Amino acid sequence: MQNFIDAYSAVNLSYLLRGLWVTVEVSVVSIFFSFIIGTLLGVARYVKIKYFSAIVGFIIDLIRNLPLLLILFFTYFALPNIGIRLSVVPASIIAMTVFESAMLAEIIRSGIGAVPIGQMEAARSNGMTYSQAMLQIILPQAFKKMIPPLVSQFISLVKDTSLATIILLPELTQHAQIIYGQNVNYTIPMFVALALLYFIVNYALSVGSHVIDRKLN
Amino acid sequence: MINIFTTNFGPLISGLGYTLLSSIIALVASLIIGTVFALLEISHKKWVRVIGKAYVEFIRNIPLLVITMAFYVIVPQFIVQMDGFTAGTIGLTIYTSAFIAETVRAGIGAVPVGQMEGARSNGLTYTQAMVQIVFPQAIKIVVPSLGNQFINLVKNSSVLAFVAGFDLMYQGKLIAAATFNTFDTYLVVGVLYLVVTMPMSYAMRYLEKHWSRA
Amino acid sequence: MAKRIRQFGVLLAGLTLLLLISACGKPVADSDALARAQQTGKIVWGVKADTRLFGLMNTKTGKIEGFEVDMAKALTKQILGQSGKAELTQITSDTRVPMLKAGNVDAVIGTMSITPDRQKVLNFSKSYFSAGQSLLVPKGSKIHSVKDLKQGTSVIGVQGSNSVDNIKKAAPAARVLQLADYSQAFTALKSHQGDALTTDNGILYGMSQQDPSYVVVGGTFTTEPYGIAMNKGQDRLTKAMNKALDQLDKNGTYERLLKKWFSDVPGFDVKEVHP
Repeated sequence: MQNFIDAYSAVNLSYLLRGLWVTVEVSVVSIFFSFIIGTLLGVARYVKIKYFSAIVGFIIDLIRNLPLLLILFFTYFALPNIGIRLSVVPASIIAMTVFESAMLAEIIRSGIGAVPIGQMEAARSNGMTYSQAMLQIILPQAFKKMIPPLVSQFISLVKDTSLATIILLPELTQHAQIIYGQNVNYTIPMFVALALLYFIVNYALSVGSHVIDRKLN
Repeated sequence: MINIFTTNFGPLISGLGYTLLSSIIALVASLIIGTVFALLEISHKKWVRVIGKAYVEFIRNIPLLVITMAFYVIVPQFIVQMDGFTAGTIGLTIYTSAFIAETVRAGIGAVPVGQMEGARSNGLTYTQAMVQIVFPQAIKIVVPSLGNQFINLVKNSSVLAFVAGFDLMYQGKLIAAATFNTFDTYLVVGVLYLVVTMPMSYAMRYLEKHWSRA
Repeated sequence: MAKRIRQFGVLLAGLTLLLLISACGKPVADSDALARAQQTGKIVWGVKADTRLFGLMNTKTGKIEGFEVDMAKALTKQILGQSGKAELTQITSDTRVPMLKAGNVDAVIGTMSITPDRQKVLNFSKSYFSAGQSLLVPKGSKIHSVKDLKQGTSVIGVQGSNSVDNIKKAAPAARVLQLADYSQAFTALKSHQGDALTTDNGILYGMSQQDPSYVVVGGTFTTEPYGIAMNKGQDRLTKAMNKALDQLDKNGTYERLLKKWFSDVPGFDVKEVHP
């Protein structure tokens, strides 16, 4: 018990929370960008533009089938190679965005596929262009249905930020490791804190998604 | 790049072997544990449902790395000696079991309620009806997603690299460090992962298309 | 719109390909690091954050502290003048070489031994610290020296450190487990994942200072001269580093920093580490 009291000192807690902040920051920014890019990729894959969709599809499949750890390595070490030197936070955001965009593209493609074809035909026969119909009719319906898988993918993203400890992103897990690395008695308290903090963030996400889901459907 | 592969053939293949071994063990074990918790989640008794739900929600919301590190770091300090491969495989199992529980629960839920009622009115007990009538139908729904879980397992097993688990990613890190040729090494490692995951993912897509039609 | 989507998609696919192949662009690692440092007024250093005495994260301040961090700051001022800034990036033994080769950092001062293998791919300054590899074991352990690492024992090391290569030669029968960094490695030792932890004595003394129920045993069985590492071909920066090291030695800064960090470490002789 004393270990818990010592481990949760103000210094350690604020250090953990600073880590949590980086986790949230990287997650939110990555969710934002990967949602946009993932939607574009998902649409590109769905509309079947000759060659292009096939190439996009293949790249998406490559990224989806690789461990995120490898993508983190590649991004972190590849960016300076093409003349961009970024610190670890933006580099992690880019890596997470690349990986999550590919994961989201699949969800969005199948979401669009689940909207009945009749909807598109009806919209077109009412004089809408293909793009108009896609943006105004199909995508809104698809997103409504996609909320649960999208949010569970976002939860995965929050969890996956922990893997960026491998390139020393100063996020929650890494901060906890540093604290228990300096005092072995803090091991259990730190894992309890990790479990709780990740749980709170992710559970809030999933509760939020249920609320939105219920309102929309 | 070819150079890295040929000169480090042994460690790479053994790493791939450990990756597959860990993934297979975790798939089988998490299928069993996941099914048990799925059954808890649909039990008649409320407190049993609460236990099942709590487990699934808790595990689903915690990173795999945290679960794995907990087994690697805490369990040997207080309970029993456990190497990185074991800790990693247990971590993978527990993490995946929560997802499989959800899939199995959804699979059982997709079997029409009338099936269970019909079986019960024909004199079968709840367990008999579950095992003989509902399960076989649920499995058809669950199997395609198991393939996807296996792909996830192969990718996720790279956390073994954090706990000296001798998997492909671990060997890749050691080779990269020894040869100073980071890029080529990780390219080779990436290709080896893809050799396993890509064909599987295309096969799963094919299966999903054709099973859903049948 | 469809056309615009397509254009954007092509751009995106192109970018991704670029990332994956990274064939184009001017690599940061190959442009003159000294000129860049003088232009931007800062040197980007790779330092350890997992190694007590050399470079350790202070959880209170969120800053990295240690002998090498102080050295990095002093060297930066020596090279760029008083307004020069040392930007610190965390490295581990595992990430430091790729980070140097890729250009994430200009120079690494991170308990890095000068070895012939590394000299093939990196530039090194002259040595600023002489260490030697040793063993850390729990108090009362049956292992007293590297000779006791027989069949059935396992030794913990860190990925990317040359101490794992050395121990494979010195104790070929022992199983070597490699963790991601020193903090993880020490935690693994405390979790009974191995019988001993091996790396350079300076790092081990730091661990023993942090948790006195672990002790350094058996003396050193290698010599490890630490140098500042830069990418191969960064000859101007290397020269500037060597000059700055000489100046710090002459004006007493080096001696002062050494004493600041190592004078009250039990079992450690400050005179021995001065190269």
